[in-house]
Amino acid sequence: MTSPSSGEAVAKPSSSGLGRLLDQRVLLSIAVLAVLPWLLPSQALAVNVLIYGVVVMGYNLLFGYTGLLSFGQAAFFGAGAYFTGIAIGRYGVPWFAAVPIAVLLSTGLAAAIGIVSTRTRGIYFSMVTLALAQLVYYVALQASSFTGGENGLRGFTVDRISLLGFPVNFLDPVNKYYVLMAFAALAMWFQSRILNSPFGAVIEAIRENEQRARACGYDVERSKLIVFMLSGAISSLGGCMLALHLSIVPLDILHYQTSGMIVMMVLLGGARSFFGPFVGAAAFLILEDVISVWTPHWQLFVGAIFVLFVLFLPKGIWGTLLDTLGVGKARP
Amino acid sequence: MSGELLRAEGIGKHFGGFVALEGITVSFAAGQLTSIIGPNGAGKSTFFNILSGALTPTSGKLHFRGRELNGLPQHRFVHQGISRSYQITNIFPDLSVHENVRVAAQALTVSYDIWRNRARLTELNARADAALEAVGLLGRRAELAKFLAHGQQRALEIAIALVSEPELLLLDEPTAGMGPEETKDMVALLERLAEKRTVLLVEHKMKMVLGLSERVVVLHHGRLLADGAPDEIRSNPEVRRVYLGQSEGYG
Repeated sequence: MTSPSSGEAVAKPSSSGLGRLLDQRVLLSIAVLAVLPWLLPSQALAVNVLIYGVVVMGYNLLFGYTGLLSFGQAAFFGAGAYFTGIAIGRYGVPWFAAVPIAVLLSTGLAAAIGIVSTRTRGIYFSMVTLALAQLVYYVALQASSFTGGENGLRGFTVDRISLLGFPVNFLDPVNKYYVLMAFAALAMWFQSRILNSPFGAVIEAIRENEQRARACGYDVERSKLIVFMLSGAISSLGGCMLALHLSIVPLDILHYQTSGMIVMMVLLGGARSFFGPFVGAAAFLILEDVISVWTPHWQLFVGAIFVLFVLFLPKGIWGTLLDTLGVGKARP
Repeated sequence: MSGELLRAEGIGKHFGGFVALEGITVSFAAGQLTSIIGPNGAGKSTFFNILSGALTPTSGKLHFRGRELNGLPQHRFVHQGISRSYQITNIFPDLSVHENVRVAAQALTVSYDIWRNRARLTELNARADAALEAVGLLGRRAELAKFLAHGQQRALEIAIALVSEPELLLLDEPTAGMGPEETKDMVALLERLAEKRTVLLVEHKMKMVLGLSERVVVLHHGRLLADGAPDEIRSNPEVRRVYLGQSEGYG
């Protein structure tokens, strides 16, 4: 393919060796995540990269690919975590059933928030998503008999799970990592399918030129609602993973600061790139880890670094790297 | 060529107190190339926006192939067989030239499919390439649309409108901002298009319109001033007064 390479997210056969390798973006991403615990300083960090990577990847579908700047993605991250915890702790649902139930319920929440928010545009969309997500936060705060209120949700520890009949100690960090990685792999495969699908082309068209997309015959509002729900579903899976990982759900997960962090992560890693969200999550969490050792005001430094990124590396770490390698933004 | 394709009945459009269009009744036969002309502010663009569903008329009715279009949302107009281009270049800048047209081609069939791989929908890819070939852009298919020259972007715009195989193609000043060379290419393209389908053209360049069209409709102050063959329009004293004589620039 000649440079500049095509702007599509669809993974087309590429003539250069590197490009052809990167066409297998799901497998490559899984391979990188598989060795992540040995690349990062701690297992705990690796698990967090995995979880936030999935959340941010779901958000990237909405922000990076469709161009909708939501400030409320924490609602779905939190919903996934709370629904998982409540299903297991309160209703005794087995963990493997709790996850799909939580994702479905969170997708329903995304539908409700999406119906209202996708009718608005630009800054109004951002504000409506922010406000509705905060509404979810206050519901979780008030409904303390269900959610534990400000103490967070507790009492649903998953310590021992059975995989195909084999008992697995879920408290062992390595076991836990690979079980959660299976969820991440599923999410990546799903996201990749969406991006390669005809609908994946529609959302990019809407991002590029909403008026033209409408004139081409697309129901823009309906498409935005669908992508809002898909994005919420994927991000909520990250929430399910967090609940299984921590065995508690902190209330903070629903706060708008979490939404802000998700936006920062996607910009650090590179919006509109497949693997960028994982890079962004890793970069943010490593920065937090390293700088908070030196100073309690780590957010000041992370904020400054973020501003530098927005000014000088608008495509983020991964997007810039891919551009430098000449494989374009359409790659993993 | 036979049969009435589109009929506008008493179309009016008011913006608050401002009357942009009033009582426009006109019908367009299948297979003809008709131009809509008129001085600036005559209501051409408003009329075009109504015909393509972007604006809802304040009064009057639109019939397309015998079906009433009133109340239909804009995105359904393409599904009925009406497709348009824009006066100001209106493309998907950060998508490849091919993808610009391919995404328009899929609108009628697989819009909400999140499962199949679109690279394997070969029929759509072939249709997109055929539309690009029709406007002479097949050689640039892999480039990003934003890197095309102005004239080529105008042609891409037409390919996007063309790929849905519309029965009625609405073109809003396809030669806007073009130099003489590019205009010549565009006129040749329009002549080729008009051989096979019904085209409705809004244009400013008078000579070009009179040479190209089978029929010319003149709007003035939101009303229908004249309607006829180019020769009749050329000799119509009313038209000469409000339009032809007023500025050499339109010549």
